[in-house]
Amino acid sequence: MLTKRIIPCLDIKDGRVVKGVKFLGLKDAGDPVSVAKLYDAQAADELTFLDITASVEKRKTLLELVERIAQNIFMPFTVGGGIADLTDIRNLLNAGAEKVSINTQAVKFPELIQDASRKFGSQCIVLAIDAKKTPKTWEVFINGGRTPTGLDALEWAKKGAQAGAGEILLTSMDYDGTRDGYDLDLTEAICKAVNIPVIASGGAGKLEHFYDCFSRTGAQAALAASLFHYGEYTIKQVKSYLKEKGIPVRL
Amino acid sequence: MIAIIDYGMGNIHSVKKALELYGAKTKVSNNPREISSCRKIILPGVGAFGEAAQELEKQGLAALIKDEIKNRKPFLGICLGMQLLFEKSEEANKCPGLGIIRGEVKKFPVSDLKVPHMGWNQLKQEIDSCPLLKGIAGGSYVYFCHSYYPQPKEAAVVAATTGYGMNFASIVWQDNVYGAQFHPEKSQGVGLKMLENFVNLC
Repeated sequence: MLTKRIIPCLDIKDGRVVKGVKFLGLKDAGDPVSVAKLYDAQAADELTFLDITASVEKRKTLLELVERIAQNIFMPFTVGGGIADLTDIRNLLNAGAEKVSINTQAVKFPELIQDASRKFGSQCIVLAIDAKKTPKTWEVFINGGRTPTGLDALEWAKKGAQAGAGEILLTSMDYDGTRDGYDLDLTEAICKAVNIPVIASGGAGKLEHFYDCFSRTGAQAALAASLFHYGEYTIKQVKSYLKEKGIPVRL
Repeated sequence: MIAIIDYGMGNIHSVKKALELYGAKTKVSNNPREISSCRKIILPGVGAFGEAAQELEKQGLAALIKDEIKNRKPFLGICLGMQLLFEKSEEANKCPGLGIIRGEVKKFPVSDLKVPHMGWNQLKQEIDSCPLLKGIAGGSYVYFCHSYYPQPKEAAVVAATTGYGMNFASIVWQDNVYGAQFHPEKSQGVGLKMLENFVNLC
């Protein structure tokens, strides 16, 4: 049976983990490979690396990092942040990323998703959507949540799936950082709108939140950052809890 | 020496590193002479069937692979590299595959199930003696990431199946040829064990 995935997310800047990761017994918590290895040992199902490096010249650092991660951990990982074109995508995949996630550039150049999925296959193209509640629906934001687009998140998700995206990484801007749980309404609405897997993101603070996410929405995966980075819960704890509650997970 | 065919279609680093963990020497190459000087061959692959089939043809690798398989060299196709072993794929009707294993690659039908089939799913062993599965417990989880699945003509080549709506062939085995629809190099301990088994094949 296909299991639900738990995915820790790491923010990367200039090849280093940012947002203080606090692990006991980790010599260098800023080294993405050390952190990745630790999550690997905890039975994480995938990893997501979000590159927030501003400058274009630093892209080479990212590619070297991706190569190093691929050589050191034997689990799937996604890389996102600043992907501009097909060359960027090819470089990341060849360096060892399983998937790439595209956000801003997909809104600016909607044909990118279609071109990329034709070229590399849908299975490696993740459409990242940052959505914020409006009175009637949810709106898509880009540039790290700074720029409203006027796009309806449901319509945009459908369009992305039609264009060939293989998965949606859905972040609720309203819930992100609140630790009040995932935005179940938004997540379920997007899951119903598309026939591709959806990763819920934003708001995880307690074990129950993961259960709510999987029992009340069609999400196939749940992503979390600080909850894991600060060692409040290990991934194994989350998965054991879910298993007890009858959610299929790999342990 | 194990050749990892590099035809510009995706990840080779994890495969290479994993093989080296088990003492294998590897050669990443698209040069037919170099590849045929190796004792075993791995065809990895991420991407679209049509482009990959064309690249193999264009780079003179399709004929080479067929010859080397005929020469009974152990061969492992991973994900798209497995699909390419078949005669054709619904993903690219105009580009034939290598035709080494009879059958075709089909798209998952439209249903309630999300496509791509993405994530960790279980292996059900259909043949007890498959060398690739030595030491691997039935029901082990491996990582899948695909929208198309292989449908061999002969049931005898199906070494393991996986359930996603229907049961599809997740490992095929025909003489010296092995194919895995999942990514052993991304499947942590279970996947590494399979690669170790491949390294240890005579």
